[in-house]
This record gives sequence, C-alpha cells and structure tokens, in this order.
Amino acid sequence: MERIGAVLHQQLVCYRLQLRVLSTSLFDGLLAVFFPLMFATAALLVYRIKGDPEAMQYAGLGAAIMGMWTCQGVIASSLLTRERWAGTLELLVAAPTPLSRVLVPITMALSTIGLYCVVATILWERWVFGLRLEIASWPLFVLSVLMAALTLALFGFFLSVTAVRYRTSWSLGAALEYPGWLLCGFLVPVELLPDWIHPLSWSIPTTWAMAAVRESANGGSPWADLARCAAIGLAYAVLASYLGRRLVDSARRNATLALT
Amino acid sequence: MTSLRIFFIGGLMSYRAMFGWLNPWILVPSLVVSPICQILLFAFIGRSAGVGDDEFYVIGNALNYAAIPCLFAMGATIGGEREGHTLGVVLTTPARRIPLFLGRALPVIVNGWGVAMVGVLAGVLLLDVHVPGPAWPTILLVVMVASASCTGLGLAMGAVALRVRETAVLGNVVFCVLLVFCGVNIAVADLPGWMGAVGGWLPMTHAIEAARLLADGSTLGDVGGLVLRELGVGALYTVAGLSLLRWFEDESRRKATLDRN
Repeated sequence: MERIGAVLHQQLVCYRLQLRVLSTSLFDGLLAVFFPLMFATAALLVYRIKGDPEAMQYAGLGAAIMGMWTCQGVIASSLLTRERWAGTLELLVAAPTPLSRVLVPITMALSTIGLYCVVATILWERWVFGLRLEIASWPLFVLSVLMAALTLALFGFFLSVTAVRYRTSWSLGAALEYPGWLLCGFLVPVELLPDWIHPLSWSIPTTWAMAAVRESANGGSPWADLARCAAIGLAYAVLASYLGRRLVDSARRNATLALT
Repeated sequence: MTSLRIFFIGGLMSYRAMFGWLNPWILVPSLVVSPICQILLFAFIGRSAGVGDDEFYVIGNALNYAAIPCLFAMGATIGGEREGHTLGVVLTTPARRIPLFLGRALPVIVNGWGVAMVGVLAGVLLLDVHVPGPAWPTILLVVMVASASCTGLGLAMGAVALRVRETAVLGNVVFCVLLVFCGVNIAVADLPGWMGAVGGWLPMTHAIEAARLLADGSTLGDVGGLVLRELGVGALYTVAGLSLLRWFEDESRRKATLDRN
C-alpha cells in the first residue's frame, strides 16, 4: 500500500511539474494550441463554403479534437531529445525510478494541454464561426474526449521511447502532425482515404476515440469504439514499456545514450 | 565590388553555416514529407467538403509551404547569429547592411522555390493533377516571385528577432496567418471581406492566384498584374525589414540588448 502511495505521489509530482513547464513555454503551450486552431480555421472555412450544417458539425467535432494530436504527437517524439539537450537524460536513466514512470506523467501533461486545446477550439468555433456543436450526450462526449487524451498519452509514451536513438526526433515529430490529422479521421472520413491506408488508421487509438466522440455527439453508442481505443492504447503502453527497457539498456551497454 | 562579394560569398557562407545542421534526417521530414502531407490533407478536406479540385489545393499549399524556409531561415539569420554569439561581430563590421542581409536572402529564395516545386510535383504525381506543359515555365517564374516576396516578410521577421527571442514561435504564427489569409485553401473571393483585404497586403496571395490561373491555361501576360502586385508587396516588406533592422540595431547598441538571450 505504501509502495502504491509512493508511486502515485511520484506520478503526481512529475505531472504537476511538467504541466507547469509546458504551460509557461510559448512553443509547447501557446503554439501547440494556436497552430492546430489556425488549421482548424482553414478547414472550417473550406467546409463553410457549401453552408451544409451537417458538414459543419462533422468538421467542427474533428477540428475540436485534432489539436490533441498536435500537443502529443509533435512534442512526445522529442521528449528524450529535449532531456538530452538539457543534459538531464543520463540523470533520468540512472535514477532508481524507471524511465517509463517519468515519461508517462509528461505525456499526460501534454494531453492536458490537448484538453485545453479542445475547449479553446470549441469556443473559437462558437464565437468566430457561430457554430454550436450539437452534442446528444455530454457525459459520453466528455468520456470520449478523456479517453482520447488518456490513450494519446500512452501513444505519446510509445513515440517518445521509440525515438530515443533518433538524434533529430523533433523533425520526425513535426512531420507526424499532418499524417495524424489525415489518418485519424478528424476532418476527412477514413473511408475516403485509399483502402491500403485503412489498417494504418485503425492502428491509432485516436481514430477510435474520434469515432466515439462522433457517436456520442450524434446520439449513438460509443462503447465499442471506446473499448477498441482503450485496448489499442494499452497495447501501445505495454509495447512502449518493453521497448523502452530494451532501447535504454542497449544505449547504456553501447554508451550511445548521449548520441554524441 | 566589396558589396558584391558580401552579397554573393557572404550570403552563401551564412546560408551554409545556418543550415550546417540540415542533414537528410531533418531535411526530408521538414521540407519534403511535411509539404506533401499538407497538400494531401487539404486535397482530401476539399474532396470531403465537395469544394474545389485537387489542383486548387496542390498549388495553394505548395506555394504556402515555401514560406517555411523563407520565414524560418531569415529569422534564423538573426537568431542563429545571436545563439552563436556572432551577432555583435557581424554588426560591428563596416559592411553595408543591404548587401549583407539581402545576400543572405538569395539562397533562401532558391530554397523556398525548391520546396514549393517539390510540392507541386508531388501533387501532380500523387493526385494526378494536370498542369499543361506550356504553363510550367511561367509557374516556375511565379513560384520564384512568391518565394522572393515571402523572403521579404522573412527579412522583416528577422529584424523583429533582434527583440523577440522566440523566433520559432513567431515563424509558426506568421506561417499560420499566411495559411488562413492568403487564399491558400479558400479563394480570396470566398473569404470574409476583411480577411481578403488583409490577404491583399500579404506575400503569396497574388502569386497563388496567378499560379492557379496559369495552371488553368492563362498566359503570363494575363497574370502580369498579379505578379507585379506580388513583387510590390515583397519589395514593401523588404524595405520594411531593412528599415527595422537598422532601427533595432541602433536601439540594441544604445540599450546594450544585442546579445540578450
């Protein structure tokens, strides 16, 4: 019991510290909200031309969630590179606390910035576009958004450990932004993409979270999508935990952690 | 003669130094993959919304992405020198400022042009967009004009970098403004009036319109007015950038804020 309490305390302290760091960073905090908001604006301007309320509802929901991908995908890929630049990566790896228990609260903090982005976009849509999103079930909608945040944090954890040996992982993270927006069905139905891309879309938990968000907004049942989203998110967490240990052990054995 | 040497050799050296880190691991994701993905994203958004055709989005987004090297490289001209603690050395030289800074802009213009053309070619290959053969030389020219015009804005941004430390944030914000206001994904006529009016004073707007007309079969003569307007906007930002550089440089000397990190 005491051990669980200590783990939770460590997670909470790390989460709060990282959230403060991210919130005070213009790049990670403000820009992570502003950048997808402007792309959402461009997409909504395209959808608005036809004046179809159903299409606007579709785009409005997707635009609200797409910022979460930016907050997580772009920054999580470069988490360990940032620690490397700051000279703290060796300290993190050498600490008795497993690296995964340090990374997960960071990606959770990134997801929290993503939640802020969701709220900001919904307000932006209402104030600038006069678009009031029709949500049939607010509790299910909120649950779906929170599931998106949680599973994205786990996916971010996976991205962060797999990029540990990639010296310029920040450019990889930046390059993931548009494919993520396209693959997860935020603004374009997955069915509209070429068939061979569908499995790639389905392998990302956010695709299912987005489907759950739409179901809960349209009055359907989001539970099947939520279950798939949770299962895939957990699979990434397990994989990231295993890969993280292997990659860090390998980096320590070969003295390549610093990549210098 | 010295000014010419500063313009060409100095510009090339600065560009090589600035992009010394630009290995394929950065170049390919940043300047090849991302523009192609942005084009695909908006082409599919257009298909989903039933608005415009692929050619519209390919040209708009390919030209828009030229802004990335034009804005960021020019911003880094100042920011990079400051980070390398060489800004003071550069600004204490007796070199004339116009060749010094415009020389740095020349390779950036070529870079922006290259990025935009990668986007156009990818659009042609991946989305089966058809651009008539005779239109290609004129489109190449218009893209070069767009890149030069946007580099003017980048120069102004570089000047602001003498005061603003977050040049990466500033570059992204300006890029987003261009995305929304310049008719990249929505024809200027379909934008709210005030947004169209703002777009008219930004680089890219007229060049994107001209490139679309050329791809639809217009001649260079037909779009001459748009190209001239694009050049005019670019010249305006270049003059503003050089003036701002002079002003901020003087201010920085007076207030000892040149190397403030």
